[in-house]
Amino acid sequence: MTISTLTRGGAQREQQHCLRKMERVIIAMQDPDIGLKMRNQRLLITVIPHAMTGNDIMEWLIQKYNITDEEAGHLGGLLVQYGYIYPLKEPRSLILRSDDSPYRFQTPYFWTSSRWPASELDYAIYLAKKNIRKQGELVDYEKQNYNLLHKRINHTWDFVVMQAREQIRASKQRRKADRIVLECQEQAYWLVNKPCPGAFDVFDLGPERCNVLNSRVILNSSLLFFLLRISSVPNNSLSSHFLLSLSCVCSFMKFCDQYHQHDPIMSGCLPSNPWISDDTTHWTINTDLVGTPTRLRVERWSFSFMELLNDCLGRREFMTYLEKEFSGENLCFWEACEDLRHGESSKIILKVEEVYKTFLSPGAARWVNIDSKTMERTLEGIKQPHRFVMDDAQMHIYFLMKKDSYPRYLKSDLYKNMLSKAIVPQETKKSVFPFMRRQRHSSPSPAMVSQATEDNEPKYL
Amino acid sequence: MRFSISPEMATQEVQPNETLSNLKAESDTLKTKLEDERAKLHDVELHQVAEKVDGLGQFIMKTRRTLKGHGNKVLCMDWCKDKRRIVSSSQDGKVIVWDAFTTNKEHAVTMPCTWVMACAYAPSGCAVACGGLDNKCSVYPLSLDKNENLAAKKKSVAMHTNYLSACSFTNSDMQILTSSGDGTCALWDVESGQLLQSFHGHAADVLCLDLAPSETGNTFISGGCDKKANVWDMRSGQCIQSFETHESDINSVRYYPSGDAFASGSDDATCRLYDLRADREVAIYSKESIIFGASSVDFSLSGRLLFGGYNDYTINVWDVLKGTRVSILFGHENRVSALRVSPDGTAFCSGSWDHTLRVWA
Repeated sequence: MTISTLTRGGAQREQQHCLRKMERVIIAMQDPDIGLKMRNQRLLITVIPHAMTGNDIMEWLIQKYNITDEEAGHLGGLLVQYGYIYPLKEPRSLILRSDDSPYRFQTPYFWTSSRWPASELDYAIYLAKKNIRKQGELVDYEKQNYNLLHKRINHTWDFVVMQAREQIRASKQRRKADRIVLECQEQAYWLVNKPCPGAFDVFDLGPERCNVLNSRVILNSSLLFFLLRISSVPNNSLSSHFLLSLSCVCSFMKFCDQYHQHDPIMSGCLPSNPWISDDTTHWTINTDLVGTPTRLRVERWSFSFMELLNDCLGRREFMTYLEKEFSGENLCFWEACEDLRHGESSKIILKVEEVYKTFLSPGAARWVNIDSKTMERTLEGIKQPHRFVMDDAQMHIYFLMKKDSYPRYLKSDLYKNMLSKAIVPQETKKSVFPFMRRQRHSSPSPAMVSQATEDNEPKYL
Repeated sequence: MRFSISPEMATQEVQPNETLSNLKAESDTLKTKLEDERAKLHDVELHQVAEKVDGLGQFIMKTRRTLKGHGNKVLCMDWCKDKRRIVSSSQDGKVIVWDAFTTNKEHAVTMPCTWVMACAYAPSGCAVACGGLDNKCSVYPLSLDKNENLAAKKKSVAMHTNYLSACSFTNSDMQILTSSGDGTCALWDVESGQLLQSFHGHAADVLCLDLAPSETGNTFISGGCDKKANVWDMRSGQCIQSFETHESDINSVRYYPSGDAFASGSDDATCRLYDLRADREVAIYSKESIIFGASSVDFSLSGRLLFGGYNDYTINVWDVLKGTRVSILFGHENRVSALRVSPDGTAFCSGSWDHTLRVWA
């Protein structure tokens, strides 16, 4: 696999959309009605026609896209970097100045998308021209490129020099303004296509994508996919589809609303956001098995069963509740099934045996109550144990807990006490002296914490 | 709509007289027919319903930490569950583990390949996985012994036939899900390196993946160069849903926090939201002035905000419900290649080709 920065296929694919969009912007900017007002700009003693100032570009972008100065400057800067607009003053510096510096639109002949990749021959001719016109005009990296090309296409060097001389002769016969414009266009093109090493490179794109695969196989499965989709498009009324659509969309609003207070970026966090204040209290009061949890945290357990289970403290509380009700084995079973599903392949058989012995066998110590059909299926499956053999049983127990035990837990004294005991930290007012930075303390690495615990099983053999 | 394909159907033999172009033509016809059918159904747009929702006030987020230390383009990053540590990987093969809060580097590994495009932190915080042009995904246990060479304990887990584009641990340190330039995704057992399940269906490179937060935890999504975003059943290996509305490569996919939807970022300069139950696209996040592709997306904790890192060096913040742009963040000096919100939602981190990572809050 190669990293190709200039392959037509790879580079073109990724840049296609961007370049076309940039070109649309450029075309709009040159539109006689809605585009920029171009004027003659003075460059030293010469007058260059059809030019505009950096300021003009900024203003047009701000107005057209309804964006801020900063964004317009950024967008304009990209247009210059990609060679669609070039500066007349200080041509080597491809940036957009938001003052009266003169700029021109690059001619479509020299657009990044048109002449890609740049031809070696053309580059050789360009460098030869520069060299002939004025000795020492080439900068270091250009000299290096020139020498490299001289070696590589030595066989056509006579042609290169001949072409260079011819082009210089032809340009001498043009008006000075035209000559300067043509030279600037060509120079801008080469500054983008053969940038100084270390400078921004338009063609620096990363590993090549889109390795074509077996089209036949893919098309066949694609076809099948569409066939099945067509057959399942609802024939029922439009209104029921609309209602489904509506309810789905409303659920997003409900979710965002429910979690709004819990989203630190939206509502801040108490006592303060550690990244902003350098105070880690917010993290210390929310550690996994903290003594007294925060109110927000306990409230969150009531949002969904998954929220309760995902919080180790919540899960522990729920287990306590279940034990009181003599149904703790349900949660234990669920946890054992999770461990089976996500554990090492080598331990599957062992774990399945354990689960069977502890939870499913007749007279088991912690027998779980599953319906007979599921039990039958599971027992049959155990004969050839695999990672997912407990899925049905696990699902059954999960929904049992979710529909029955969980709602009752939320109404229980255990939960209500937790909620009332829960702390609501005071918001830290912004410090009077904002320049004083607190010392940022490091925390023990999770890798260390786990190495220290006694019953830690080695995770890697 | 959801359905199930039996394995036999998916591998049906193609009739010898069906040429490739015939197949393609038939596929295109069906696709158009499907789109026509769907157009007849009146679908409601998210932003229409969300009109009544309060707008968001002034949005201020700044760079709070800048992590400097990579000598080359940062390509990927992931948060540790402890909410402050980060692993990042770069073009020169370096994988660094940072305590982003103090900005200290805690571990560094040099991979034998360049362009490490994927990295992930293990749920336990004790290991990291990474890979790229070596076509593999390797797991490095994190040792606290400063003298120990992390590379010595390296474990090769996944093997693909093309570059590794993304990797993620599932609920435990024992399994890894990978996506690759070879067009497939795969699930691996870390301990043995055994392939547990492979996922075929993308017609070109798969660039990204994300695991579902749903209660049954059995699905994941992937996005690829074929402009498709697919939803997969981890157990059977089947593609159960597919969405193809983007106009170019999908660089990033991320589940909405409830697991009922997901967002995607693409080279076509748009981000889109797809509803999994309604089985369709419900929102497009785009602006005329945004020309460059979105490389990485993630939601804030409540799902109200969608952060997108773009190839024009900026980060655009979108109001997920209203479809409008809330803010644009400047700071990076080259394209943003990775973006993740921290596990507790207090901040997000962006990695860029300008060699740095920034934590914003």
